[in-house]
Amino acid sequence: MILPRLIALACIAALSWPASGTADEQVVAGLSQNRISITANFDGTEILIFGAVKRDAPAPDGPPLEVVITVEGPDEAVAVRRKARWAAIWLNRDSVEIDSAPSFYAVSTSGPLRAALSNTEDLRHAITIKRAIRSVGAPPGIDDPKSFTEALIRIREAVGLYQLNEGTVRITEETLFETRVALPANLVEGNYEVRVFLTRGGRIANSFKTAIFVQKVGLERFLFTLAHEQPLLYGLLSIAIAILAGWAASAAFRQFKS
Amino acid sequence: MQIYLPIAEVSVNAFLLLGLGGIVGLLSGMFGVGGGFLITPLLFFVGIPPAVAVATSANQIVASSISGVLAHIRRRTVDFRMGLVLLAGGLLGSLMGVQLFNRLRELGQVDLLVQLSYVVFLGIIGALMFAESLTAIARARRPGGARPRRRRHNWVHALPGKMKFRTSGLYISVIPPLMVGTLVGVLAAIMGVGGGFIMVPAMIYLLGMPTKVVIGTSLFQIIFVTAFTTLLHATTNYTVDMLLALLLIVGGVIGAQVGTRLGLLLRAEQLRILLAALVLLVCGKLAFDLLVRPAELYSIGSTK
Repeated sequence: MILPRLIALACIAALSWPASGTADEQVVAGLSQNRISITANFDGTEILIFGAVKRDAPAPDGPPLEVVITVEGPDEAVAVRRKARWAAIWLNRDSVEIDSAPSFYAVSTSGPLRAALSNTEDLRHAITIKRAIRSVGAPPGIDDPKSFTEALIRIREAVGLYQLNEGTVRITEETLFETRVALPANLVEGNYEVRVFLTRGGRIANSFKTAIFVQKVGLERFLFTLAHEQPLLYGLLSIAIAILAGWAASAAFRQFKS
Repeated sequence: MQIYLPIAEVSVNAFLLLGLGGIVGLLSGMFGVGGGFLITPLLFFVGIPPAVAVATSANQIVASSISGVLAHIRRRTVDFRMGLVLLAGGLLGSLMGVQLFNRLRELGQVDLLVQLSYVVFLGIIGALMFAESLTAIARARRPGGARPRRRRHNWVHALPGKMKFRTSGLYISVIPPLMVGTLVGVLAAIMGVGGGFIMVPAMIYLLGMPTKVVIGTSLFQIIFVTAFTTLLHATTNYTVDMLLALLLIVGGVIGAQVGTRLGLLLRAEQLRILLAALVLLVCGKLAFDLLVRPAELYSIGSTK
């Protein structure tokens, strides 16, 4: 288990990824899989993110090393709607458009988030869930516009699409680190960006970026593409299947009776 | 066994979907209804997005109606001429319904439209059926038996544009069947139902058609209207999920055969009162959701 991981690390190190900043400590990381296929029986998956800190000199003294890892799904604009009572029934009244919200977002840290990351760094790199959502603001005349963004986070957290996993990154000997992130079954297709931040005293010392490609394959891919690119053919095919199934059922039942 | 639905983009238990199809098939076999009015709300409850639920159940109804209509054609209980007039109205209605559906989807009110339509129509039909089966049971208990009133002359017979419907033995204006067809088409598009539960009473009480041709003729119309609706939803919204439809169809086919046998064990009045209770139950659940403060006031939708 350890050996292949070390080999993978060696490979990554050999590629000598140009990491941001010219720090004394550089982070390199790898993923257990960088391609996720959504098949018909896809039921969510778990990815292992692991890596190491590369340094030429001994580890500096001072605040301890912390690691913050984010996994971010494709951004999309969403409309958040709020129900209100109108003539005895509850219906959608106010609506706020959020310009860009990740379809999936997970933050994993090695310790308490507040200690691992300063507010300034969070603002600059948009690391926490709240910062990853961009909204230009609600239209005038809507009371409590902040609650719409909060609702978006709350609803997505409840289904595992947004996660804050504090203290789940395990650091060994101030050098090796690893964590697991659960991806739920209702994943959206696209490129998932993985960012690894190395921090000391809340300040980012170094960072690393890679991506996971999530894609429907096989039957799922075929049906989805057909439905969107050849909608007429897809519709006719759906009807043909229904007619065939109905006819077959009727014929089978008659055989059965006689 | 979880299965990922390519269009709904959710992962659902395949056996749950087969079971849903089976239950609805069982009921349709027992009561002779399409079951669309049950399958759409049930799909909402398991977490299928409403737009996908409506479009896909229209597709499923094509399958269940085909197997029903073949039996009726063999027994010569389909009035094709009346069916075509109803169909003409149905296609128009379906076109209007899909427009309305898409317009409200943009406004974020499509769930409300679907739920309100369900509450109103299920409430009316359920109450009428319930009352009727109660009187039928009371009548059956009285000596002398039933004396059905039929073929009354009403406003339907005063309209122009009369046409002869030989199989039904009718000579009436085409306007009422066209209107009934249109209403059913609209309902098919926004509720994902065949509309038999509206059309059958309308054919009997409004048009005065003989009961034996009513089911076959309505099934004939339903096949084409739901197929057309499926096509419209598939080409404008991309919301027909073939995999979901297939699971529901397979479950439904098996359920329907079991249901037909079960139905033979019960008396007609008992069946009808059971169906009425079921309709009212679904209606009550949906009304409850509209009237009671929801636990989560906010919902996430697409901006398109």
